[in-house]
Parts: sequence; structure tokens; C-alpha cells
Amino acid sequence: MITFEQLQKTYPSRGTGQPVQALADIDLTIGRGEIYGIIGRSGAGKSTLLRTVNLLEKPTSGRVLVDGVDVTALSSRELRAARHSIGMIFQHFNLLSSRTVFDNVALPLELAGVAKAQIRATVEPLLDLVGLTDKRDRYPAELSGGQKQRVGIARALASKPKVLLSDEATSALDPETTTQILHLLADINKRLGLTIVLITHEIAVIKEICHKVAVMENGRIIEQGPVFDIFAHPKHETTKTFVDPVINRGIPDSLRARLSATPVPGSNMVLRITFTGERATSPVISAISRKLNLDLNIWHGQIDEIQGAPFGTLVVEAIGNPQSIEAAISLLNVNKLGVEVLGHAVPGNLRAAV
Amino acid sequence: MLSPEIYALLFKALLDTLYMVAVSGLLGTALGLPLGVLLAVTGRGELLQNLAFNRVAGVLVNMTRSTPFIILVVAIIPFTRLIAGTSIGTAAAIVPLTVAAVPFIARIVEGAVREVDRGLIEAAQSMGATPFQIIRKVLLPEAMPAIALGLTLSVVSLIGYSAMVGAVGGGGLGDLGIRYGYQRFLPEVMLAVVIVLIVLVQIVQSTGDWIARRVNKRNLKS
Repeated sequence: MITFEQLQKTYPSRGTGQPVQALADIDLTIGRGEIYGIIGRSGAGKSTLLRTVNLLEKPTSGRVLVDGVDVTALSSRELRAARHSIGMIFQHFNLLSSRTVFDNVALPLELAGVAKAQIRATVEPLLDLVGLTDKRDRYPAELSGGQKQRVGIARALASKPKVLLSDEATSALDPETTTQILHLLADINKRLGLTIVLITHEIAVIKEICHKVAVMENGRIIEQGPVFDIFAHPKHETTKTFVDPVINRGIPDSLRARLSATPVPGSNMVLRITFTGERATSPVISAISRKLNLDLNIWHGQIDEIQGAPFGTLVVEAIGNPQSIEAAISLLNVNKLGVEVLGHAVPGNLRAAV
Repeated sequence: MLSPEIYALLFKALLDTLYMVAVSGLLGTALGLPLGVLLAVTGRGELLQNLAFNRVAGVLVNMTRSTPFIILVVAIIPFTRLIAGTSIGTAAAIVPLTVAAVPFIARIVEGAVREVDRGLIEAAQSMGATPFQIIRKVLLPEAMPAIALGLTLSVVSLIGYSAMVGAVGGGGLGDLGIRYGYQRFLPEVMLAVVIVLIVLVQIVQSTGDWIARRVNKRNLKS
């Protein structure tokens, strides 16, 4: 649906300063009907990248294909027509304070020269979709943040776009409202088959509704792929710092202090078991413990859900004879659970360590 | 107390003032509003950036604005004669009043338009709006509360300026006050003129405030 090819954006230098490279070597394909998240810290270039899709930012070189059309090659008239099929929502909503809810949603249709009766027929179902029918004659100043963003969403959908761009749409909202707005977006994505590209600095947003994610840093995409894979196996350091607070892959320092890289007399092996997908729900751990007569002392663990699939890690100290532990590891592998040996627990009073 | 003749003069002077202020106010708005919008949208990084136009228009506006009004009235007498056919009288006084009002209103409108949140312009652009549509559907409606207050200020200033056009036989309240109240030493006429002017300005200001409140939808209580 959207393809970025060799995209570059350089801002010319101001005065004596160096030119600023905002986007570098961006190659990215976003499939039809996907919710694609782009995450990065402020200044990473994600906002610039998003704005090249409807050419609010003009790239220095490279192409942006939207539904097969290179938007960078359009005349200004063609570009305005193309923008009708690309909706956009904003962090600060950008509603006209002088217009009612109804008239705000009607604005893109007015701009396109749609007849009054047709505008009514389009706007009213949209207000219903976002749950604001009773606010139709209110002004934005009378609405809460969440309601304002709902107006923004209805307005973006008014011209029946194929793509919806979301520029930090939930960053100005409280957590509860954020969840509601994200669910609304996911619902619209499912119901209308709309492709959604959203940028955010909040990993929770990616985790909540995105199918795929790209991580940006210094104008480059440093990692991209399905959300589940990126969360389960983040490669880049920046990605890890984003993912770690949500997926707690580390182990507490107090426990780490008891780990030794090599076995010492009386030590037990410490394993990290990674659950992905439906395997997380099958009772593998208790089965292993029972079958192999192994005591699994759980040190640390977290089970979460990404894109509706369970995901988690469990750090266990395996207490039993070495053959049983070997058997347990191969059994975990057979069950397609990730397992890695973290080290060996130095004997001692665990309570004291904790 | 004032004699009936003085009352008649006062009434005639009030009508002259209202006539001069109304016509120059309307003409000033008709020319100053578009000029102000153009000043705002042709600036650096704005919707229709045109620095040459912006610079030239800006200098012209500043030149007019920095000339004291009484000097302006006298300085543009040839221009006044060209437009009004005469350089004295109430009709002729409208020319310098308008010349002073246009840049005044233009700067006020420019400021009001520049205050409009850039995010709104971006949102309209993302919807495929033309620059003209953005001006008409976004910038002007959103700037309207500030423009309404600015126009009120302009009218109040015009009432003040109109008192000076007595210098070219413009008539009006200011002229009456100078000729009868000061030169003929009739303090009660001066007092009456001042009271009428105060009431007039109060009415204009209250009406302007009311309109500005009506068009401002930003501070509604939910």
C-alpha cells in the first residue's frame, strides 16, 4: 500500500551550522490493511517520515508510492486529489475552534466540493461510528481530549481514505483514553480495511494495536518486522531499551549476583525459558517437573500478551540430577519453547540474597 | 445650558463624525483586511511565501503608520483632491482617514492571522485544501475573534483621528469642539463634545466586545 524507496531528507544548514539529515536510506513497505507502527525518540525522524506520505514534508530524494502512485511526482493539483484518500490525525487534534463537531467532520467534504445533502449523509454515520452523535452541535472547547480525538478520527475518515496517518494521536491523552482511542483505531482498521500508519514514542501503543513495527534512530530505520518478533527478539540496543520495560527480559540484580558463569560445587543450573505464541498456555513446566522428577525453583517471570498471542519469560533454577536437566532442555526444545542457560546458581541462602 | 442652535450644531457634528468614521472604517476594512491576510501569508515559511511582496508592502504600511495623522492629512492633499475632487470638507476628510485606517487594520489582521495555530493549516493541507480555501475556511474564521477586537480598536482610533480633520474643514465633533469650545471660549460646548465622544467610544467598544465574544468559541464552558 505504501512503499518508501531510498528516501532521503536533508534540511539545509541555517547560517554556519551543518545541514541536518532528517531521513536517511529509508526503504520500507507497508502492506494493505496493516497497522504499522513507527517508534523512535523525539528527533528520530519518525514525524518527518510520516509526513512524506501525504507530502507535507517533501523528501530530498527517493520515492514514496501510495497505492502504486509516486506522490513525490504529482503536480500540486494531483497532490491535493491524492490527499483526499489519505486521512491524518494529530497529537493536538487540530480541530477548528470556530466550527461545531459536525462542521469539523464536514470540512474535508466541503473542501472537496461535496453537496450539502451528501455531506450530511456521510458525516452522521461517522459521528455514530466514533460515538459522538449527541455532541454534533458542540464546539471543540466543550469536549474532552478523547472526544476531540474522536472528532479528529471522524474528520480523517470523512473523505473515505485508504490510508490513515496517525501523528502521536494518543500522546496528549491519559492512559485510559489512550486505550479507548487505540481500540477505536483497531476497530476501524478491521471494519474498513483501512491501512494505518502511526508514529509514537510509546511502546505500549505498538504493543496494543500494531501488526508490524519499525524502530527509528537518527533518521534511519534500525529494525523492522512483525511486532511479535521484534518484542521476542529485539536485536538493536535502542529496540531493547524500548521493549525491555514491557517485556521484562532481564533478571533482578539481587538474583544476578548469585549467578556464576561456570558450575561450582553444589550449584544448580539456571535457565531462561521463553514462551511464544500458543505454547505459553500449555502446562509444559509442571509436566516436566512431574515426569523428570525435577524441582524448578522459579526466580523471576512475566507472561504478557502481544497481538493476542501470549508471550513471556520465566527464569528457573533447576534442582535435580544432570541427566534430568538435559532431558528437560531437550523436552523444552521439542515443545518449541526458547530455552537458554543463564548460568549456575551459587549455593547460598536465596532469601538472604533477595 | 446649551442653546438650541448649539444642540443643532452638536447633532450635525455627530452625524458628520459618524459618516466619516463609518465610510473610512468600511473602506479601510475592505482594503486593509485583504492586505493584512496577504502580509500574513506571504511571510517567510508561510502559505504563499513571497518575500519581495511582503517586504514592499511592509515598508509601505510602516511608512504610513509612522507618519503622524495631522501631517498625513496635509501631506496627501494632492492625492485627496485627485480622489474626492476637493481637498476640504467632510467627503475629502474620508480620504486621509481611509489612508490611515488601511495599514492600521492590515497590521491588526496580519497579527490575528499569524496567531492561528499552524497545526490547523497543516490539517487543512492534509485534507487537500487549496491555499485560498485555507484562508477562507481556516485562517479567517479562526482569526475572527481577534479581528473583531482589532476592528473595534481601529474604529475607536478613527473616531480620534476624525477630530483632527477639522484642519482641512472636515467638520465633525472634534472640529466643533475646537472652533466653538476653544476658539470662541464656550467651555460647555467643549464639555458636551467630550461627553458625546466618550459615549460614542463606549458604545463602539461594547458592541465590538460583544461581537468578539459571540464569534469566539474557544472558551465555552462544557
